[in-house]
Amino acid sequence: MNKEHLSEPRAVRWILTAIALGFVGLFLLVPLAAVFVEAFSKGLEAYAAAVTEADALSALRLTLLAAAIAVPANVVFGVAAGWAIGKFQFRGRQLLMTLIDLPFAVSPVISGLVFILLFGRQGWLGPWVLDHGIQVVFAVPGIVLATIFVSFPFVAREIIPIMEATGTEEEQAARVLGAGGLQMFVRVTLPNIKWGLMYGVILATARAMGEFGAVSVVSGHIRGVTNTLPLHVEILYNEYNAQAAFAVASLLACLALVTLVLKALVERRVRHAGAEAGRQAVEVMAWESKSGV
Amino acid sequence: MSRSVSRRVLPGFGLTMGLTVFYLSLIVLIPLATLPAKTLTMSWEAFRATITDPRVVASYRLSVTASLVAASVNAVFGFAVAWVLVRYSFPGRRIVDALIDLPFALPTAVAGIVLTTLYAPNGWLGEPLARLGIKVAFTPLGITVALIFIGLPFVVRTLQPVIEDLDPEVEEAAASLGAGRAAVLLRIVVPNLLPAWVTGFALAFARAVGEYGSVVFISGNMPMRTEISPLLIVTKLEQYDYTGATAIASVMLVLSFGLLLCINGLQSWSRRRVAY
Repeated sequence: MNKEHLSEPRAVRWILTAIALGFVGLFLLVPLAAVFVEAFSKGLEAYAAAVTEADALSALRLTLLAAAIAVPANVVFGVAAGWAIGKFQFRGRQLLMTLIDLPFAVSPVISGLVFILLFGRQGWLGPWVLDHGIQVVFAVPGIVLATIFVSFPFVAREIIPIMEATGTEEEQAARVLGAGGLQMFVRVTLPNIKWGLMYGVILATARAMGEFGAVSVVSGHIRGVTNTLPLHVEILYNEYNAQAAFAVASLLACLALVTLVLKALVERRVRHAGAEAGRQAVEVMAWESKSGV
Repeated sequence: MSRSVSRRVLPGFGLTMGLTVFYLSLIVLIPLATLPAKTLTMSWEAFRATITDPRVVASYRLSVTASLVAASVNAVFGFAVAWVLVRYSFPGRRIVDALIDLPFALPTAVAGIVLTTLYAPNGWLGEPLARLGIKVAFTPLGITVALIFIGLPFVVRTLQPVIEDLDPEVEEAAASLGAGRAAVLLRIVVPNLLPAWVTGFALAFARAVGEYGSVVFISGNMPMRTEISPLLIVTKLEQYDYTGATAIASVMLVLSFGLLLCINGLQSWSRRRVAY
């Protein structure tokens, strides 16, 4: 790029850089900064009051609970799917991968709607669960289900390509040398997939804690009971309590920043790992992130 | 690796495959199946009346138009951002690169309220724009702004790896044969980036059509004017009109699946044509 004829004239470079940075600044940096400015617009005390208020704390608890169920469940599924799809050839493999991606293709609102259709009063399973005294829709189980749904593909789609790229030779060698199934997985497979797994967990956690549309549809907005942090932000904002809304929103913005930093660190870690698996994982991630996660 | 060797030596295919199919069915397939099933319980007339209601048609038109405009804006500026990030060096490049994923990481409700506040008539950006006679918040333009925000990473992250993979030798060869920089870009670089570019556009568009959280605050939600399709689904649900909501959703679902298929096709096109 330092060869002059291989790059654009200096003036063009300057203008293009200015346009790109201006666009990023206007659409990404200004909104991010505004969250914090608005959050502290009435001073530290008002900020502290907003984030330690009882409803905010119960929303935080529910958000953490939903993520604490959804992410591990999706990790177990993602590793299983990675093993089955990445290490074996079978008919319908491509179809299975497309089906796993479905939650990304569906509008968040529809992701919530389907659980109402399934567990609502007139739904397929609605009468049955109500007979057993379980409230799913407009209650915590519905929120957890919607959260699992929207964060469903993240881990699987990181793991599948890595499992595929690392091949089966190492695992076969371990088997031939007498390793049991579990021992082979822990000693051979897990080290190969760990960064990809971590990457998937970071993305799934961010989505699980930040989901709004799907959770909003199934929650019923019962304050202090079925409110997650993003829903609490909405309620405060609609009550014209903008400062409190932004204070709670700033917690979520911090979460987003932590996500970005962890994501960059894991990406770099994978880039620096000299191992073949690492290099392949980088390619996989580049490919993954371009397909939009 | 042939299937027989792999199956004979590696354990756990049955277990992991069973778990995958079971969990996929439980969480995704069965819930999603309720949508066509519920739609099929409607009479054709009722279904048609719902989805051709002028208010519903206006929402489809708005959702699709605003998404197309936003994806186009992102295609242009996203290209500039991706190009600058890969080819030029400037202070803070790594930070800007990490920041590109903000719309993925920031909850959509947060994006929604902050964009509304910024572009409201008394906001940081809304006030100067209002003096120029441009209203953003609570208009279709505001919806487009929110959709630009959430769509940007799709274009940038799709283009970046492909720009990185471009082989400088080909550009060098063209230059040494006397092609000017503009000719090299237009004849060599752009055609090679085209599949990824279109893919990024399609991903941004697909995401924008279904978007709810970031739009619902800034749109103002006026029927016929600034009401997007996902919002109309929520409105119907709040009125306990489950069949109406389902009918609108099934039209959107068909659109999403169509886009998913297009995107899959585009991605295999762009993988086949990786850089030169």
